[in-house]
Amino acid sequence: MKVDQATVHHIARLARIKVSDEDAKNLEKELSSILTWIEQLSEVDTEAVSPMTSAVKTNMKQREDMVTAGGYPRDIVKNAPVSEDDFFMVPKVVE
Amino acid sequence: MTELTTLTLAKARDGIKNKEFTSQELTKAHLKNIDDANEALNAFVHLSADKTLEMAKASDEKIAKGEGGPLEGIPLGIKDLFCTKDVRTTASSHILENFVPTYESTVTKNLWDAGAVLLGKLNNDEFAMGSSNESSAFGPCVNPWRRKLDDGSEDETPLVPGGSSGGSSSAVAADLCMAATATDTGGSIRQPAAFTGTVGLKPTYGRCSRLGIVAFASSLDQAGPITKTVRDAAIMLQVMASHDPLDTTSVDIDVPDYEKILGAPIKKGITIGIPKEYRVDGMPQEIEALWEEGIDWLKSAGAHIKEISLPHTKYALPAYYIIAPAEASSNLARYDGVRYGKRVPGDNIIEMYNNTRAEGFGAEVKRRILIGTYVLSAGYYDAYYNKAQKVRTLIKQDFDRVFEDIDMVLTPTTPGPAFGIGEVSGDPVQMYLNDIFTVTVNMAGLPGISVPTGMSSEGTPLGLQLIGKPFDEASLLQVAHLMEEAAGDLPKASKWWATK
Repeated sequence: MKVDQATVHHIARLARIKVSDEDAKNLEKELSSILTWIEQLSEVDTEAVSPMTSAVKTNMKQREDMVTAGGYPRDIVKNAPVSEDDFFMVPKVVE
Repeated sequence: MTELTTLTLAKARDGIKNKEFTSQELTKAHLKNIDDANEALNAFVHLSADKTLEMAKASDEKIAKGEGGPLEGIPLGIKDLFCTKDVRTTASSHILENFVPTYESTVTKNLWDAGAVLLGKLNNDEFAMGSSNESSAFGPCVNPWRRKLDDGSEDETPLVPGGSSGGSSSAVAADLCMAATATDTGGSIRQPAAFTGTVGLKPTYGRCSRLGIVAFASSLDQAGPITKTVRDAAIMLQVMASHDPLDTTSVDIDVPDYEKILGAPIKKGITIGIPKEYRVDGMPQEIEALWEEGIDWLKSAGAHIKEISLPHTKYALPAYYIIAPAEASSNLARYDGVRYGKRVPGDNIIEMYNNTRAEGFGAEVKRRILIGTYVLSAGYYDAYYNKAQKVRTLIKQDFDRVFEDIDMVLTPTTPGPAFGIGEVSGDPVQMYLNDIFTVTVNMAGLPGISVPTGMSSEGTPLGLQLIGKPFDEASLLQVAHLMEEAAGDLPKASKWWATK
């Protein structure tokens, strides 16, 4: 599978990473080479195979539905670049 | 006094307990080694000197009172992927360069509760994505080993310590810490261990809690130790492993006394499988010879050797390079300039995201996020992600089938010895091939251990890998211990940095 530069820009937009035209040129090559390499999976017959859902068989755990932690908003926002009154601050999104 | 830093963890533990030396002496000896070596090796990315000495002092006070845990006073290095409360944790990425966790990872909490001392945080590939430690935002970590030239002198070309846990393997091999924590998503504990002559143990998925470990690919990530000896690995795993209600994939199962089991006789009639698919084209003769030697050791110890087939082996790596980037693209979505450290402004919120992530992530991380985003994007999910998860089922079934007749599998850890910094760049796929023998273990969720058993023609270490049944780390450690004894005394790195 080959990707072109327009596709690179499209994926980068989905991934929220700014990619320059110069970067897109290199990424076109690198991503195409990786995608071509993983294409060999098409040789494998997986018609009757279920996708793996967990590496180790375990039963779904259950616990009491009760609050076990919380009440420390200052810790939560401590690493935010901008915060105010224990809220995360972002650039204005609604006019 | 003997050089404290050359002791194994087991011997140092006994020495502290018997009051032959103190934790403060042991810790200061390591800090001195770090001071001498770190400029050359770049293994530690930040030290916590004040906290380190406080912890050592507290350990000595406990020992004086006849108290103390199983790792009391033992100075450790921690991969910078484990959150350490109030100590900067970066995953070796610019995007987390100012991140100071407000909580402790469960694995490191277990270690501190057992009395261990934090020396500092260790270098790794950015977000653990790499096989050479070259993708770190702090620059590459250097292997303490150098190639030997024909005249017996050392080639000064810096070699990689493997990756992603390169800081861990380099620091342990250079006696900068007694042991280190590491993580393994596709080989990131075992490959660096093989490249540095250390022991690397990747436990069964679910054996150690993932809480507080910066997530890369959640269905594959697992924490484990890198140590000087198999006994040290047993001691470390004993403490690192636990059931954690805060990690739903951590398994509620007994943790046996691994060190005690090391001394017990190995199960009679133990059968070791040799997978024919691992004899890959172009495998260097010396790797083949190393493998044969390992088989001979196990035979003379009374083990049965059986050729086995794991037919889907060759598809493990390409399937991994769908699953791991897909999970990474989702896990790394949280680094958006809002909640953690770095923010690069933009004209609006979307531009702020785009700029932050463009500046914060390095090239390899971006590549993997983009691949992951692509394989999960509309119209491609079935063709890539679902297909890869089906192939993963087949890989798991390969192992389930052979484990009906055998107890464990023996393979080389890597297709070759440590390479030079910059020697495998340009083509990402070439770098990915480093994990060809280790990645199946993550795909199937199994435990694996790399043991140093010989030297390459270049005078650098090589390792063999044992793969076990789920949660049978105990047998794995027993057989690894046997191979370690058969290999005898292997050379140590020359400490060339000390002469500078």
